Amino acid sequence: MSSTDATGHSLQRRGVFGANVGDRAFRWCLLIFAATVLGLIVVLAYELSRASLPAIRQFGWRFIVSSTWDPVHRVFGALPFIYGTLVSSLLALLIAVPISLGTALFLAELAPRWLRGPVSFLVELLAAVPSVVYGLWGIFVLVPLLRPVEAWLGQHLGVVPLFRGPAYGIGMLAAGLVLAIMVIPFITAVSREVLQSVPVSQREAAYALGATRWEAMRGPVLRYARAGILGGVMLGLGRAVGETMAVTMVIGNRPDISASLFSPGYTLASALANEFLEATVEVHTSALLELALILFAITIVINIVARLMLWSVSRGTTMGVRE
Amino acid sequence: MWEMKRKVANGLMWSGAVVATAAALVPLVMVLYYVVIQGLPALSLAFFTHLPRPVGEPGGGMANAIVGTLILIGLASALGLPIGILGGIYLAEFGNNRFGWSVRFAADVLAGVPSIVVGILVWAIVVVPMQSFSALAGGAALGIMMIPTVMRTTEELVRLVPVSQREAALSLGATQRRTIFKVVLVAAKGGVITGVLLAVARIAGETAPLLVTALGNTFWSTGLDRPIASLPVQIFNYAISPYDEWHAQAWAGALVLVTLVLVLSAAARYATRGRLRATR
Repeated sequence: MSSTDATGHSLQRRGVFGANVGDRAFRWCLLIFAATVLGLIVVLAYELSRASLPAIRQFGWRFIVSSTWDPVHRVFGALPFIYGTLVSSLLALLIAVPISLGTALFLAELAPRWLRGPVSFLVELLAAVPSVVYGLWGIFVLVPLLRPVEAWLGQHLGVVPLFRGPAYGIGMLAAGLVLAIMVIPFITAVSREVLQSVPVSQREAAYALGATRWEAMRGPVLRYARAGILGGVMLGLGRAVGETMAVTMVIGNRPDISASLFSPGYTLASALANEFLEATVEVHTSALLELALILFAITIVINIVARLMLWSVSRGTTMGVRE
Repeated sequence: MWEMKRKVANGLMWSGAVVATAAALVPLVMVLYYVVIQGLPALSLAFFTHLPRPVGEPGGGMANAIVGTLILIGLASALGLPIGILGGIYLAEFGNNRFGWSVRFAADVLAGVPSIVVGILVWAIVVVPMQSFSALAGGAALGIMMIPTVMRTTEELVRLVPVSQREAALSLGATQRRTIFKVVLVAAKGGVITGVLLAVARIAGETAPLLVTALGNTFWSTGLDRPIASLPVQIFNYAISPYDEWHAQAWAGALVLVTLVLVLSAAARYATRGRLRATR
């Protein structure tokens, strides 16, 4: 982001700090602390790959495409978990993106100044509530609320496979809803920031041509902010993919692949939370560690794409300012 | 006619934005409402002073879990704060190079690593060699999760300290170390504290990494190398149990935890008053 460079006040570059020996040692000391983060990422990748090697050797690529998960017979396939993770996260985005964008527009453009602070504070509080509390709320409040809704949907829209099946309340839909609640603050915060970074001249140009506020938003502003908003959405997706507790508590934890939104599912993260301590045979532990490796790989890719998108936006704004 | 259409579209879109904002706030209100309504009745002095009781025995509390959470936060801070703060200073003062860029990137990536995966890493490098779930392992997992937040907020706040202050100190003959610790860090103090508060608020409610590192404990823990209880794990275990009295305790625990976390976030927010960017 903009903090990466271009502030131009680095003392090192200006040569204010001299070549004192103690100072040089101090600087190396700081560097080691900073390098810890790099080390952690490397150790993480190494340990996960090393520990999942037995499972990788035994199942190879079949692990990812096979849908049997049977600890008793020691047959392991990750597909139901990958499917559950992706479907619950995409469902969450489907719900969260419109709400987040609307909220971001409200906060960046529409809200009177005195309302802006309190509302964004409240939205940030959403992010601070621990996920186990969302899970608790999900089990005892959301799921009972969902049961009649699901029954109604099944009665009237049952022709669509999406809405077929028993109305447990617990299942993919509940997981998607809880995840949506948990990613809304992230997507909102990033989108609002990106919207606020759009140069005023973009808006002024549109208004000068006689555009209404919405037309100015839809055209010049949103187009300008597109990459950044997408970056925020990706950041939210990364959160949803890795979220563990709340999902584990409401998704039902069954490694099935089903077209119905009402049926129970399982995600990579909840499998780890539920089974990791129960695994007694080595290949079971190893298979679970491979699930962790897959989860790690997915979130890394999503996060890197998100960062690159956000960086492309902040570079764009710096250029806009310079001109 | 065309004019009308444009005006209507404008109005519709803006009311859509208002509705979306309301929709975003509904779950927050609902969660807080239920946590208070369900948690308050189960909250008593015993909750803070007693150990958990077996099912069927009335009373009991989460004293060990509350203390355990505080111990875990302390251990996590001992690991996460030095690395985060000193690393952040490096990034702000000397980080305008390729190495600084990659550290920054790694910190952002680490912030996105799912907490359960961090837990499993610590399981592999601490729990397995020590052959025991432990408070130390739990603290290590939480500490690792604190680093990115602390590092990036420290960096940002240290960057805000004007160069002229550094120049003034240096021109008086101070060394670089003195300048950074006595001038720069003092000027950035409020911001660094904010980063710390945010990081603590974030890890205080973490559950998943503790399941595979600190495990949990229904008694007072006897040492840092033994399993230890924590509020989030206890809430989780009680919530998925089939007993009504444990559900009530889970709600009470949630009320305590939410209060702790929200107070910390509000304090962090108050300390910065809009100087920090929202995404960090």
